[in-house]
Amino acid sequence: MSDKHAKHKSKYTADRMIPGAFEGETVTRRRFMTGTAHTAGGIAAAAFALPALGFALGPIFKKTPHTWQTVGPASSFSEDNYVPVVVTLTPGIGEAGTSTAYVRKFNPKIDTDPYDASTPYIAISSRCAHLGCPVRWVDAAERFICPCHGGVYDLLGKRVGGPPVRPLDRFYTRVEGESVQIGPRFSVNSELRRFSPRDPGEPLDGIGQYLYPSRPTERKL
Amino acid sequence: MPRLPKLPAPPLPAALQAPPPRPGEGNGKAGPLEQGKQAGITVVDWVDERTSLSGAGRWLLFRKVPKGTNWFYTLGSATMFAFLSQAVTGVFLAMYYRPDPAGGAYESIRHVTNEVFLGQFVRGMHKWGSSVMVILIFLHMGRTFFFGAYKYPRELNWVIGVVLLILTMVMSFTGYLLPFDQRAYWATIVGVNINGTGPLVGPYLSDFLRGGGEFGATTLSRFYAIHMLLIPGLLAALIGFHLYLVAKLGTTAPPWSKAKERPELLEAEV
Repeated sequence: MSDKHAKHKSKYTADRMIPGAFEGETVTRRRFMTGTAHTAGGIAAAAFALPALGFALGPIFKKTPHTWQTVGPASSFSEDNYVPVVVTLTPGIGEAGTSTAYVRKFNPKIDTDPYDASTPYIAISSRCAHLGCPVRWVDAAERFICPCHGGVYDLLGKRVGGPPVRPLDRFYTRVEGESVQIGPRFSVNSELRRFSPRDPGEPLDGIGQYLYPSRPTERKL
Repeated sequence: MPRLPKLPAPPLPAALQAPPPRPGEGNGKAGPLEQGKQAGITVVDWVDERTSLSGAGRWLLFRKVPKGTNWFYTLGSATMFAFLSQAVTGVFLAMYYRPDPAGGAYESIRHVTNEVFLGQFVRGMHKWGSSVMVILIFLHMGRTFFFGAYKYPRELNWVIGVVLLILTMVMSFTGYLLPFDQRAYWATIVGVNINGTGPLVGPYLSDFLRGGGEFGATTLSRFYAIHMLLIPGLLAALIGFHLYLVAKLGTTAPPWSKAKERPELLEAEV
């Protein structure tokens, strides 16, 4: 160390003219004590704050098991009209955990989208893609209509009017023996391309799928 | 039988002797009113000697206010009164409320409204009082804005006021779900989804609010905990700081009141 540096600042407290400094001491006892107390306080606070934070944020990262629910025999669904069925999205909380899905048989004349080719049944979620109100299928108009803010969807669930930002969500379907089963939800963009489920109000066209990332636990379908 | 001479009574110990009359307090024994007053003074003195709170009380309550102070200046206190009313009625409603989404929540609210003595009244105070509080906040905010009371050195108090407004809105949002009827349920669905439309953070925010991807078993108790524990604590603490700054900085004169010209401060006319 050159003389010039030593004159400005020495690493020894004794050289810095601090009263009560010990020989060879580089950190004063006062400074050491303050640091120790702050560290101990920080550890104590983190010990309750971090678990509490994890407790509050945990459900976001909780993986929900995919279940299949039987909604009726294959004979109860037709190719050209929807049948409402009740599906349980959250078990154990009664009516608040249920939702309505509209189910019909795959119809090669209208379901021309290539993504739908492998689906035996089309199950459309009644959750409006605007803000989540329950849409209903109006037979006479052949439209899904939302009571809250006037969203209108056609037979395929594509938006034809009102504020919704994407078509209605759908559910996976399969046939087990003689009964139709409904599986997990997925979202679609205006070309009926499939995405992992998004909340209502989140567009999926263009930049939308990046602005509204899917749940960390449901990245893949 | 000869009468014995009466011996003088031994002196009473000091503790049993009647206290000497206080100077200046008339003569004779103090009446019950006087005694009660003395007891009160004694208690207050005992506390004040150990806390010096009377100085803080004088500092908070006996301030100089500017000329022209009028009824508009009471809107802040009115808002605080609305908050206190919400806090008290909320505590009593919490004695009956059950945050059970499988029907218990609705049933407990129905029980309070229809069967509990004064239940409908207390619940009504809480329900309508929430609207009163929001209205009063906006009136108070408007007074502050139009009187220019947000300017230096009171900017921080304006910022705290805005945070208080947002927290009150969170209270309204979380409280709306608790009756758990159709209106509460769908309003919450829509409200959470509006939160979700915020780009990038929106989806995570709605998952945090719901406690998962769907409206679930813990959503109601989560809203209840936020509504009655988390936000009220923050509100009370921030109202305290808001009031401290009001007392520290003083209130502003209304914009139409002009300072009186003091001749000794005027520049000499040339």
